[in-house]
Amino acid sequence: MRDIRIENGAFNPHAIASDLAGNCPEAGGIASFLGAVRAGGGVEALELSHYEPLTLAGMEALADDAFGRFDLMGLSMVHRVGKMEPGDPIVCVAAASRHRRDAIAAIDFCMDHLKSAAWFWKRELREEQWHWIEPRAQDYSDKDRWDK
Amino acid sequence: MAVTILFLGPLRDLAGEDAREVDAPLDWAGLLDAAGPLVAEQLKSERVNVACGGKVLGDKHSLNAQDGDEVALLPPVSGG
Repeated sequence: MRDIRIENGAFNPHAIASDLAGNCPEAGGIASFLGAVRAGGGVEALELSHYEPLTLAGMEALADDAFGRFDLMGLSMVHRVGKMEPGDPIVCVAAASRHRRDAIAAIDFCMDHLKSAAWFWKRELREEQWHWIEPRAQDYSDKDRWDK
Repeated sequence: MAVTILFLGPLRDLAGEDAREVDAPLDWAGLLDAAGPLVAEQLKSERVNVACGGKVLGDKHSLNAQDGDEVALLPPVSGG
């Protein structure tokens, strides 16, 4: 099973992991990660924009890499775009494998690449002003771990 | 038909619009001219990529967009 999507509206992250588990009955391990808009720091809203021809193709290529690198039975990767509020889900990655370690490592791998290399642009609304966000240095070093 | 230039992320603020239509064909010099001075300055940075027809160009200076092509200007990503 493979479910790679960009969503313009709210999605239910719990359904993603349960659908994956339901479709991969021989998996002994289902791991999932949910990224949400962080409250605090005066952030009133977060807006993500993308360029669909590249963004979705890049997520598909990342899924190909994950399937090549880990022993997976299924992988779901769902990413929001548009305007979100604190607490809203932004991204959900779920992976299914025979044993736990491949599933856990695969979602770590996918998230490190999504955070630093995926074609998304992000801005935060603070005090009625929009501010564009760039990746932190740690986002790049997290991704580079996988090249070693 | 024409070439559509898309301004993504923060480049949209600099351009003052999401997209602009220009006459085809469009090469690198034509793009710098059509994008306006603020965006052109950013385009010269290595951190800004250019895609034509849905593919990121390995060498953006070789841009050669034809009628109907979409040219996307891609500033550094924020990540997901």
